[in-house]
Amino acid sequence: MSSQPPIIVENLQGGYNGIPVIHGCNMEIAQGEIVVIMGGSGSGKSTFLKHLIGLKEPMQGDVKLFGQSLYQTSIYKRMDLLKGIGVAFQSGALMSSMTIAENVALPLREHTDLDEELIQVITRMKLDFVNLLGKDDLLPSELSGGMLKRAAVARAIALDPKLTFMDEPSAGLDPVIAAALDDLIIQLKESLGMSVVVVTHELESAFKIADRIVVLDRGYIIFSGTPDEIKKSDNTRIQNLINRVPEEEEFDAELYAQQLMGQ
Amino acid sequence: MSQITNRISQTGQSTLNAITAIGYASILIWDSILLLFMGKRVNQPVRFGLVIDEIINAGVKAVPVVALMSATIGVMLSIQGIHTLSIFGAETQVTFGLAISIPREFAPLITGILVAGRSGSQLTSRVGSMQLNGEIDALTVMGIAPARYVVAPSLIGLLVSLPVLVVIGNLAAFSAAGLYIHATLGIGPDAYWADILDVVTIDDFLHGIMKSFIFAILLAMIAISLGMRVYGGAEVLGKSTTKSVVTCIAAIIGADTIFALLL
Repeated sequence: MSSQPPIIVENLQGGYNGIPVIHGCNMEIAQGEIVVIMGGSGSGKSTFLKHLIGLKEPMQGDVKLFGQSLYQTSIYKRMDLLKGIGVAFQSGALMSSMTIAENVALPLREHTDLDEELIQVITRMKLDFVNLLGKDDLLPSELSGGMLKRAAVARAIALDPKLTFMDEPSAGLDPVIAAALDDLIIQLKESLGMSVVVVTHELESAFKIADRIVVLDRGYIIFSGTPDEIKKSDNTRIQNLINRVPEEEEFDAELYAQQLMGQ
Repeated sequence: MSQITNRISQTGQSTLNAITAIGYASILIWDSILLLFMGKRVNQPVRFGLVIDEIINAGVKAVPVVALMSATIGVMLSIQGIHTLSIFGAETQVTFGLAISIPREFAPLITGILVAGRSGSQLTSRVGSMQLNGEIDALTVMGIAPARYVVAPSLIGLLVSLPVLVVIGNLAAFSAAGLYIHATLGIGPDAYWADILDVVTIDDFLHGIMKSFIFAILLAMIAISLGMRVYGGAEVLGKSTTKSVVTCIAAIIGADTIFALLL
């Protein structure tokens, strides 16, 4: 199991109500690699992530976690597989009725037979890792945006997963805190040997942390390479994305008129 | 013509939505019952601590209001019974009316309606805000099946609490009615309870308890599934909570009528 890549995406096609949003995507991530998935708004990043973390059945293709199919299996086998990954959501998605420490301890309490004392020690270690030691008893509603994201990371790494997903970790944060989170992600790789998949549209952050950048555009993976390679890419859409040049949409007068008329 | 087509289409869509909702709720409850019995085998054990929390929430905390309302109903039935029977000069026979109607109808019905108001709304708003906050998704990606962490404890909590509350409702209604009858007709407690116990059969009592189990399942099905299907924002959550209480009460009265017709 350990020799298998943490995640392999095979010909993934997914979408909503039978309409594909993700088209034939293939991707593989190596152990200890930080991969940043980038793309503009509406590129399909969020949908792609949902497929990767077991929240959305693909229309075609498969996702393999540690060599085992995530979707061509029973729901409870999928749940078992998901215990091997950690996910830090954009909004944190911490249990609002639990304190930060209880949130971090939740996967430990649910999936291990460790005694309570040890669970508390591990919880404090994880909180210390994200610089939240001493904030154990605060509720998620009492945390700032940056603290909330760090608490979500602490919960995601509670079970020492080999693969962690982070959805827009720096979105909505001030540059200093965003930089601290970037350092935290690099630390996850360097100290704990984790593979990390980060979904973001923050260019600076992506170039700082990524071993590899995958660009998603209109549901297609149009690029996969190192930060240096992406800078040298001659693809116009990629250059527009990294140089923040707005896309020139083709103007359809008839469609525009219909939209104005509410048709 | 197009109006007729629209109306038919709307009716068809509403029917389809209703069938989908019933199907979704049934699967949710079935999954949680399955996990209750074989959760350990699939690494999804239902936690005893969460069940206790739900029993306290749905049961213990509802005791005062159920006792008070049942006592009020007991007194009200006595007032009406004495008033009606006095026409025939048979007011002392009021105990017979009480002995038949309280355990079979009034105690389970008033308890069901009160629990629907308390726990139905609470469950929908809690699960709905968990859904909006991404907590349900977070549970899933942590490998914790929402059916065992959220649904099963609430279902068991209601299945344990409602029958006990019905017993408490019976005792409160009979006791309050006894006090009123003693004060009005001068019938002593010994004679009153002897009359009641003479008329109430174990079947009458079990009829009420049986109903409470059905009410508990209906409440859990409706309230939790409506919470799970909350998407959008606070306004939808508010509407779903209102819908939950109204639907729960309607379902309880409907089931009660079916029970009365069949048994």
